[in-house]
Amino acid sequence: MKNRNKTAAWRPALRYIGAYKPLLALSLLLSALSVAATLYIPILIGDAIDMMLQHDTTGIITGKLIPAVLLACIGGAAGWLTGVMNNRICYNVVRNARAEAFEHLQEVPLAYIDSRERGDIISRITTDAEQMGDGLLLGFTQLFSGVLTVAGTLGLMLALEPVIAAAVAVLTPMSLLIARFIAKRTHSMFLRQSAARAEQTAFTEEILTNRKVVAAFSRQEESCRRFSELNREVEATSGRAAFFSSLVNPSTRFVNAIVYAAVAFIGAVAAKNGAITVGLLSCFLSYANQYAKPFNEISSVITELQNALACASRLFELTSAPVMSADGERELHGDSGVRLEHVSFSYVPQRPLIRDFSLNVPKGSRVAIVGPTGCGKTTVINLLMRFYDPQSGRILMGGTDIKDITRRSLRHNYGMVLQDTWLCTGTVRQNIALGRPDASDSEIEAAARFAHAHEFIVKLPQGYDTVVSDDDSISQGQKQLLCISRVALCLPPMLILDEATSSIDTRTEMKIQDAFARMMQGRTSFIVAHRLSTIRNADIILVMKDGNIVEQGTHEQLLKSRGFYYRLYNS
Amino acid sequence: MKKLLRFIKEYKKQALAAPAFKLLEASFELLVPIVVADIIDNGIAAGDTGYIAGRCLLLVALGVIGLASTVAAQYFAAKASAGFVRAIRDELFAHINRLSFAQTDRIGASTLITRMTSDANQVQTGVNLTLRLLLRSPFIVIGAAIMAFTVDASAALIFVAVIPLLALVIFAIMLLCIPMYKKVQQRLDGVVLSIRENLSGVRVLRAFCLEEQQKREFGNKNNELARHQRKTGRIAALLNPLTFVIINLGIVWLIYTGALRVSAGLLTQGAVIALYNYMSQILTELIKFANLIINITKSLASARRIEAVLETRPEQSSSETECTPQCPAAAVEFEHVTVRYGKSREERHEAALKDISFSVHKGEKVGIIGPTGSGKTTLISLIPRFYDCTEGTVRVNGEPVENYPQKQLTDMIALVPQKAVLFSGTVRENLQWGRNDADDAAMMRALELACADGFVKEKGGLDFVLTAGGRNLSGGQRQRLTIARAIVRGAEILILDDAYSALDNLTDTRVRSGINGLGATVFTVSQRTRSVRDCDKILVLDNGELVGQGDHESLLASCPVYREIHLSQEAES
Repeated sequence: MKNRNKTAAWRPALRYIGAYKPLLALSLLLSALSVAATLYIPILIGDAIDMMLQHDTTGIITGKLIPAVLLACIGGAAGWLTGVMNNRICYNVVRNARAEAFEHLQEVPLAYIDSRERGDIISRITTDAEQMGDGLLLGFTQLFSGVLTVAGTLGLMLALEPVIAAAVAVLTPMSLLIARFIAKRTHSMFLRQSAARAEQTAFTEEILTNRKVVAAFSRQEESCRRFSELNREVEATSGRAAFFSSLVNPSTRFVNAIVYAAVAFIGAVAAKNGAITVGLLSCFLSYANQYAKPFNEISSVITELQNALACASRLFELTSAPVMSADGERELHGDSGVRLEHVSFSYVPQRPLIRDFSLNVPKGSRVAIVGPTGCGKTTVINLLMRFYDPQSGRILMGGTDIKDITRRSLRHNYGMVLQDTWLCTGTVRQNIALGRPDASDSEIEAAARFAHAHEFIVKLPQGYDTVVSDDDSISQGQKQLLCISRVALCLPPMLILDEATSSIDTRTEMKIQDAFARMMQGRTSFIVAHRLSTIRNADIILVMKDGNIVEQGTHEQLLKSRGFYYRLYNS
Repeated sequence: MKKLLRFIKEYKKQALAAPAFKLLEASFELLVPIVVADIIDNGIAAGDTGYIAGRCLLLVALGVIGLASTVAAQYFAAKASAGFVRAIRDELFAHINRLSFAQTDRIGASTLITRMTSDANQVQTGVNLTLRLLLRSPFIVIGAAIMAFTVDASAALIFVAVIPLLALVIFAIMLLCIPMYKKVQQRLDGVVLSIRENLSGVRVLRAFCLEEQQKREFGNKNNELARHQRKTGRIAALLNPLTFVIINLGIVWLIYTGALRVSAGLLTQGAVIALYNYMSQILTELIKFANLIINITKSLASARRIEAVLETRPEQSSSETECTPQCPAAAVEFEHVTVRYGKSREERHEAALKDISFSVHKGEKVGIIGPTGSGKTTLISLIPRFYDCTEGTVRVNGEPVENYPQKQLTDMIALVPQKAVLFSGTVRENLQWGRNDADDAAMMRALELACADGFVKEKGGLDFVLTAGGRNLSGGQRQRLTIARAIVRGAEILILDDAYSALDNLTDTRVRSGINGLGATVFTVSQRTRSVRDCDKILVLDNGELVGQGDHESLLASCPVYREIHLSQEAES
């Protein structure tokens, strides 16, 4: 299973990089060039050292040092260009993956978003995309230059002096083994560290976001004590993880020291016997130093690649999520009433919610949906707006199944104010004009006046140009007024109002009721509300309980029948 | 950073041992080129295999000693940094708890959490690296130059030229990059914000068919981020090639000088190789050092953020000694209370409460009503002293609230906050927040009064485990549990801040009558006259002013604001 995921993640990951094939090829070529320069310079220097004894200073300069300078410059330039190209590929790959993921997110059904943690989706598009790009590319290029350096060094050493080469080839992989051995041990410590940190973070978050409640119940000391416990745990685990992971470096350096000593010994004995020159020995010593570095890198690259693949598969899980059901083709023109025929719906198959529900809403009528908390009132909205599709039955508008209508035209037909107000980061003006970005300032102001939002907007520091966001910059009630202004600006033929006034004080509410009454005039409207006043004048009242519509009728009819509605509102 | 250093006291020994061992290791490393030069000049020249073998064993021995000292250094560094940050975190958490709510409101909970977690972790990494490497790299670089002088003074002058040049290049690139990284980070934050908003506003955005526009806007931000990253990357990618070129030029110069001096008989071949090796050592160390500096810069920024929190002085202090109230008849009394948010006078915030005076007798039921933003929550927050009033006095049982130790005051009060906050743990644990020693029977009674017994029993009773924030319950269920938690407390003053908002009318009425039967002094904040009409006294707030107080009937007759609120709701029902 795990392996299959991995191969499944490879292909799309490579697809992103594949778009940059020529650039990648060039980058690899240049990196080969810079490796070659890095490897050849010690040979030139070694030769120069040998020539010192012949007192041939001009020969050293023209034959060895000038080429070395040129090589250094070429190698440096090639190295820089490789870096620039790799950056380009990497950042563009991340950008493309991110854009694709974000665009895909606009196409997935709402159920996908509703059923997942937001933080999880965000980290897939940001962190995972980045780590995939970084890991894949850096892994790829470092692996390439690392292998090239190792192969080049070994090849050169073999060509120059096979015995030393053999000794190096045998000894160096030890550092790889040690690094892996330590990494394996450390992994479990890192896991323990993350677990301890996660627990501490969760606790901190809980306590700090609710300080008033903690204080109201005098729990400060208790929470400090608990925090201290968690903190000790974090100290222990993170100290251990830091120590063991920091052993990799000294251990591999130790192996390098042994390799270095071995090269020095074999090389010196060979030089004594006249088999090699002193210059060559110095060249070998510098190789012995260089050679170990890519080896250490390769081992970390492998971890990085694995991580990148894990991130890639998380990202692809998002980009390969099934998209929404097909869009309809017909356009909807104006208010035409709604008819629900034998609609059944549930979020999870095990818990049926709406069963065989039929309702006829003639054009221009007002439907109130009432019931205790959590009875599924918002579900009806989800179905009307086609955020969710019913499992069976049909919803008709003007005689057409809404599945055959384009979502765009269906949604443009509704003006919606939800209980959970939402503002985007931007000015008040931008927020009101969300549905009609081309609206003029006077139209925006008129809409704000209509929703009684104008009064508080002008009191804000920069009036309509004040930047607001979804955090606590303005009060919940004010946010709601802005959301109402938004709908007032578009004024579509049909309305959906979900507890639109729950956070607004009753005096303002009265004015808004009046605005709503004007807005609803001649418009088919669906209103979800707890309050009797909002629904009293409705043409049809749907009484919901546990996801089912238990009663339907007018206020008077329902009162007369003395059912659930009667009990609900005559308490 | 200075202020944080006091936390290392406990770990002083480790913090000194770590760099000491590191320097020991570095000294051994600096000896290696000398040993190699010996091998070449003495061993090879004399053809003495025994000498060569001995020197090579010395190289191995240097490696072993180096390994041992590094392991010791790493151990002490890990120990010191973990302990140091543990001490900081403990103090930070305790300190945050000492700050007044006005202060933490200003700073913001999410900021505080970041300081406690990722900033603290970054400091730990930074301290760890600093202890291990900060001294080592300059030591090796300067040590290599000094060793070069011992080998050959005139050739060593090349080191004097190369080292500053390298340092210049490295620091210039870093200085260029650090502000660029900041810009990249800002762009990245923008991208994250886009995604977050797109998710939180998904219904509204889809309702307005804004998907295409969202894609475009995200595309722009995303491109902008990539553009900045590429730009920064171009500069950062200069570091390695440039140092590579400079070092190699230095080496070439060294060989050239060496060749002249060898042919003049002033220098041996082995000495040239030793100089060459020292030059190479410098390169690796400087690169490491640059990476270290980047990491330390990040850690210092984190340390400053943590310090800023620790430097925030708690504004409130409460009495240390128990207070025995003298006049138990008036449970709560406000005398000309004015509250202004915002710290400095210059901010000149409009008063949230203006000259409020009233008095409440023991056992009275008080309703507080008024439009959104009229100061209702501010008013009740003064009773448990969540905030201090700017002017005037708040008295509980006849004593100004400042005279009570905070714990004594909060123990007299049970609060149901506007936002139904619960904690991860069982229902029992949550209810015990009200009173540590509450038994199951008392808790079940409280649940009954709060109409929460039904769903709690259904879900498995007091042992039902709530997830963080009680998210596995509905809003109404959470609210009822917070009411039960307050009832369990058995306090003499009960404050309900719009605590019925998520309840339907039926439940609202039942819970209210249950609470009124408790005999406590009850404050009920509401927007609905129906929730307060039975109260003994109703306070009507409008824009921070107390515009009326009295019972329902008298307010209807005398208070226009109340009448308007009532009629607007009456007209509805």
